[in-house]
Amino acid sequence: MEVTGAQALVKSLECQGVDIVFGLPGGTILPAYDPIRSSSLRHILVRHEQGAGHAAEGYAWATGRVGVCMATSGPGATNLVTALSDAYMDSVPIVAITGQVVSHLIGTDAFQEADITGITLPITKHNELVTDVERIPAAIAEAFHIASSGRPGPVLVDIPKDILQTQGPWAWPPTMDLPGYKVPGAPDPSLIAQAASLIRQASKPVLYVGGGVIKSDSHAAVRELADLTQAPVTTTLMARGAFPDGHPLALGMPGMHGMYAAVAALQESDLIVALGARFDDRVTGKLAAFAPHARIAHIDIDPAEIGKNRRPDVAIIGDLAQVLPDLVTAMRAEIDANGPGDTAQWRATTDGWKHSYPLRYAQQPDGPLKPQHVVERLSAMTGGDAIVVAGVGQHQMHASQHYSFTKPRSWINSGGAGTMGFAVPAAMGAQIGRPGELVVAIDGDGCFQMTAQELATCAIEGLPIKVLIFNNGFLGMVRQWQELFYDERYSEVHLGTSIPDYVKLAEAYGCVGLRCEQAGDVDAVLEKALAISDVPAVVDFRTHDAEGVFPMVPAGHSNDDIVLGPEFTATEQQAAARREVLAR
Amino acid sequence: MTTHTLSVLVENKPGVLAHVAGLFSRRAFNISSLSVGPTSDPMVSRMTIVVDGASTRVDQVHKQLEKLVRVLKVTELAGDEAIERELALIKVRVKPELRAELVDLATSFRANVVDLGSDTIVLEAVCAPGRLDALLEQLEAHGTCELVRTGLIAISRGSETITDDMPDAVREPALIS
Repeated sequence: MEVTGAQALVKSLECQGVDIVFGLPGGTILPAYDPIRSSSLRHILVRHEQGAGHAAEGYAWATGRVGVCMATSGPGATNLVTALSDAYMDSVPIVAITGQVVSHLIGTDAFQEADITGITLPITKHNELVTDVERIPAAIAEAFHIASSGRPGPVLVDIPKDILQTQGPWAWPPTMDLPGYKVPGAPDPSLIAQAASLIRQASKPVLYVGGGVIKSDSHAAVRELADLTQAPVTTTLMARGAFPDGHPLALGMPGMHGMYAAVAALQESDLIVALGARFDDRVTGKLAAFAPHARIAHIDIDPAEIGKNRRPDVAIIGDLAQVLPDLVTAMRAEIDANGPGDTAQWRATTDGWKHSYPLRYAQQPDGPLKPQHVVERLSAMTGGDAIVVAGVGQHQMHASQHYSFTKPRSWINSGGAGTMGFAVPAAMGAQIGRPGELVVAIDGDGCFQMTAQELATCAIEGLPIKVLIFNNGFLGMVRQWQELFYDERYSEVHLGTSIPDYVKLAEAYGCVGLRCEQAGDVDAVLEKALAISDVPAVVDFRTHDAEGVFPMVPAGHSNDDIVLGPEFTATEQQAAARREVLAR
Repeated sequence: MTTHTLSVLVENKPGVLAHVAGLFSRRAFNISSLSVGPTSDPMVSRMTIVVDGASTRVDQVHKQLEKLVRVLKVTELAGDEAIERELALIKVRVKPELRAELVDLATSFRANVVDLGSDTIVLEAVCAPGRLDALLEQLEAHGTCELVRTGLIAISRGSETITDDMPDAVREPALIS
């Protein structure tokens, strides 16, 4: 059977099980848009290709399936770059398909030509310029296999227009030709036994749970391991929801804006069990001063993460979905043979820290509206059941800190790349992937303005996402750094709260626009927003512009230098520095 | 800081060199030399990459290279377990009366004279890395006016081969006995 390259592309996507494609057509990808009309694919026409990329990411975060985005050559493709970089940093499985100028024009600076495989080389797990129509089915099959297996990541397939127009043979499934692609196999049982023995012997163990736990769907095994070992659990920014915040062993998020108890527990630990985590600088602070007394058991699917930042004492390379159940079994055997470890004293210490140094902020009834209050109300009103999406900055940290997560895949954000403008399109992707569920984007006013145009897409597609703008009129996190580290010399961070008028903007985009300026109105406004089910609801929360995110470890400092924030007394801060537990 | 030699088998496909070079740039690794050529299997090319750095850093280079989809195999060749050679072509300006002395010097390094001009000589030298540097130092006195080096290539000593533990599909064809 002979088909065009474009038909082969669309049929390959169908055979691959793709149902949603986010994209925007243009000259060189045009041939592919004709067979899309009569295919089973649902194409979501975005307003900017960056939106397509982040939507594919949001879809992948929310569903665990590969997200797909499509763009034309040149600027269409380069507009995907930020999303690809974001997906690369956060190991999000997406496949990007781009049109390329016709083969004989490549290299001639033709209209809308860009070397997108060259440009995206350092920010994709793999990419390929397809030079032969017969290669299309295999290139697509390989792209999905590479994106979703091992450590997930973005893959880009670039196809010249003439290849899309050429007739070629069609057969599925194609033979994949990836002789050099390696996915870790079964873990070494002796290393697992070694890890179990280390955990049982530790007197101050901590489970350092990273994004790999969510990607491998192994949250249940983490829960078992925690219950079995009675080791306190920290969930990184990438792993929020992997372990319920309400669980007695939960310490919350570690790192630069982590909970004091989580940061202190890692610092004081004698054994850190890193599960799909990568000792990122935002978690470790100054690396040389991180967890100085801790031995490390590092379990990760990516061999290159082992020893990259911190040398482990036991390293297990493998898929957590395979390793963790084995570790739980080995742990049971270890406990049966040698008795359980004793973490009672350690737990009393970490519980003491939780109670002495909780998150603290002051919402006065008539005072300025605090962003933390909005998140807490949302958390209470949704019972931790919403899918919360954030971009990067203060709003992201407040959301991660104050929303009480109960389950995996309910927190979506831009972690490693720190991409402003991530939230709205990612929420769109999440809502398409999980229709009927409540998707709430918590966004800053700075972030929101970078990709707000996707509200149009959401309104037209009838996607009832909620967008809560924490409008403090500033690039808030940058402002906070200028306040703390540049003597309050504010430089180019003031955006103003009234332009644009977010309520009118929302209405102009066919959404419902709401505004909330006082703490007393938060519940009523949220209730109203949550009740809308046909179009997006945008709420302009006028939040306090001087509110900072705390606790905070200043960049480049040791985690021991954690600052609790203005709501704590000097005595408390000093006691925290000495890791004293204060009387309740 | 020490020098490490990596032998890398890659699929002979377009863009492979860019993927490898891009990785070094992206991860801020320094390449001191890189040479590429075909192997006895036309589908496979072999790169020899010399990197400077602490062994933890080189371990990271090694692991990151292994992750590239088009990379089939990475091995580090320790200096004492490998034959390392580099080819250099060296153009030296020489007065006629000193030509014989220069040729003697070349001979002592087993370098060949491959071109004779009125006031220049081109030498071809195949040396182990340290020895080539020694020759160049000696030639400096005469005035080297142009130098081109291939970068190091290396192969393990003894009966082991780089493809020993690889699946048959990517093994180099067996030698005809």
